[in-house]
Amino acid sequence: MNGTAVLQARGLGRKYGRRWALRDCTLDLPAGHVVGLVGPNGAGKTTLLKLAAGWLAPSSGGISVLGGSPAGGPAQLAKIGFVAQDTPVYPGLTVADHLRLGARLNPGWDAALARERIARLDLDPAHRAGKLSGGQRAQLALTLGLAKRPRLLLLDEPVAALDPLARREFLQTLMEAVAELDLSVVLSSHLVSDLERTCDHLIVLVDSRLQVAGEVDDLLATHHRLTGPRRDPGRLPAGQDVVSAHHTDRQSTIIVRTDTPILDPA
Amino acid sequence: MIWLTWRQFRDSAAMTSAALVPLAAVLALTGPGLASDYATGLASCAPADCVRFFDRFFEAHQGAFMAVTVVVLVVPGLVGLFWGAPLIARELESGTHLLVWNQSMTRTRWLAVKLTLTGLAAVSAAGLCSLMVTWWSAPLDRSATPGFALMDPAVFAARGIVPLGYAAFAFVLGVAMGTLMRRTLPAMAVTLAIFAALQVAMPLLIRPHLLPPVSAAFELDPANVGNFGVPPDGSPRVSVDQAVPGHPGAWVLSSRLIDPSGRPAETDAAGAAVQVSVTSGPCAPPEVPEAGRSLRVCLDEINRLGYRQAATYQPFERFWAFQWIETGIYAVLTLGLTGFCFWRVRRRVP
Repeated sequence: MNGTAVLQARGLGRKYGRRWALRDCTLDLPAGHVVGLVGPNGAGKTTLLKLAAGWLAPSSGGISVLGGSPAGGPAQLAKIGFVAQDTPVYPGLTVADHLRLGARLNPGWDAALARERIARLDLDPAHRAGKLSGGQRAQLALTLGLAKRPRLLLLDEPVAALDPLARREFLQTLMEAVAELDLSVVLSSHLVSDLERTCDHLIVLVDSRLQVAGEVDDLLATHHRLTGPRRDPGRLPAGQDVVSAHHTDRQSTIIVRTDTPILDPA
Repeated sequence: MIWLTWRQFRDSAAMTSAALVPLAAVLALTGPGLASDYATGLASCAPADCVRFFDRFFEAHQGAFMAVTVVVLVVPGLVGLFWGAPLIARELESGTHLLVWNQSMTRTRWLAVKLTLTGLAAVSAAGLCSLMVTWWSAPLDRSATPGFALMDPAVFAARGIVPLGYAAFAFVLGVAMGTLMRRTLPAMAVTLAIFAALQVAMPLLIRPHLLPPVSAAFELDPANVGNFGVPPDGSPRVSVDQAVPGHPGAWVLSSRLIDPSGRPAETDAAGAAVQVSVTSGPCAPPEVPEAGRSLRVCLDEINRLGYRQAATYQPFERFWAFQWIETGIYAVLTLGLTGFCFWRVRRRVP
């Protein structure tokens, strides 16, 4: 399946009441990548992930995930892992109960993987999940998401509530798992710094619209920040698309997208 | 999923059992004694009038009778509040629905298993209570004083099969409110309000009309005359009871005195005025007082003049018909709410 799209969206949109949370999103995510989904709060990241997981139905357009319609039944659900925002777990159930839950509800459950991860994380199986720290809870939720052996793992702001150390550990274990398990990942965050070390593909959503999507290396190679004396962005050389422009009285900072080298550094 | 449902439910199941099992044990131990006391008492008073025995017997056990009746009345409501309302609302509140919905199982199946297992437990708990209490209190139900007979609203709702319908309905109502409010406490409050309102409205507004009530006129008789008095000035006053002669245990919906022309007799706080002479004739004070006899003679005279008790009532023989009809109504409401729960969880919730 490597090389083909894990997620295809065509004119995808979703409305809540009269407000569009996501609109006109056309997207192809190739398999085998760790995709960062960035954007400010309320930009539509969670909506896009929930559409991909099949929890929301699109208001317009279409989406297909791993070649199937999201929420197409248990088989489709088995292919997608989802770690929700704030990594919810059952506070009254123990760590072992959570693994049992996973084993009972997923035909493809990898019990050895789950046990091994819990042991490596040093979690006591008899511990109630409600008493775990935020970082441990996130790790438990990630373990559940990984041990069902999905082909695509979606993570919605998994580290937003974690302190910097737990954040690093979480992302590190995620990267190890990706390397071991051959799966595609979409990881959302409102902080680019969370994603810069982990993602090789980036989707930027702003104001419920898709701004940029592509390989991180390509994006870095083709996007430039130009700073110089104040000037009119309309007078830039041909082939340079302005992504954004800020001006002070004397200076302009312009971000452009271009395939050609920047000849005028001023 | 069955395991997870049980794992989430077992604490409240244990708590409920801890309350209901001792109750069942007490009822099982005392029931046979109660029944044999009743049989012995009945044998010793028959064939004469057993009213005094009934009154004594019922009064002796009235406290326990009230207590078990209240238990059966509140169990369905508690089930709706504490099992129904949190079932989905707690998941939505803590976000754990996002965890469980991402296992390889559709939401429909998730809800179906949760509703079926917990709902069956709810109906079983209420059914067990009701059947135990119905069995235990059978002698008391046969000797109950007016107001506590089987057809009277408070007792009707605590006997037979209607508590099963109430429990199923209250449970699904709680679940539905949980999917609607998404918060446990508001869901519990709304469930309680709706269920209580319906439990009050049912006997007041709906149950009397489930089958057309019987309307009839009855002669006055000690069985339906509550009070007979002669005020210092004016005509004697008769007040009629909520009882009809010849139909013990009937649920009397209305009862009033009508005069010989068929119009309602003029009524004030003391009762309905009867135009009969109290200075001479059968209703004059007797020269030799004789308990009971003078009243009966006077009532015969009033009957002869054409006064009657006009009553509408539901005869006691309809008890099981009403039980089945009402259970059926609640079953239909339960099915409707179940459909609503599935619709909410499949389409609207996330």
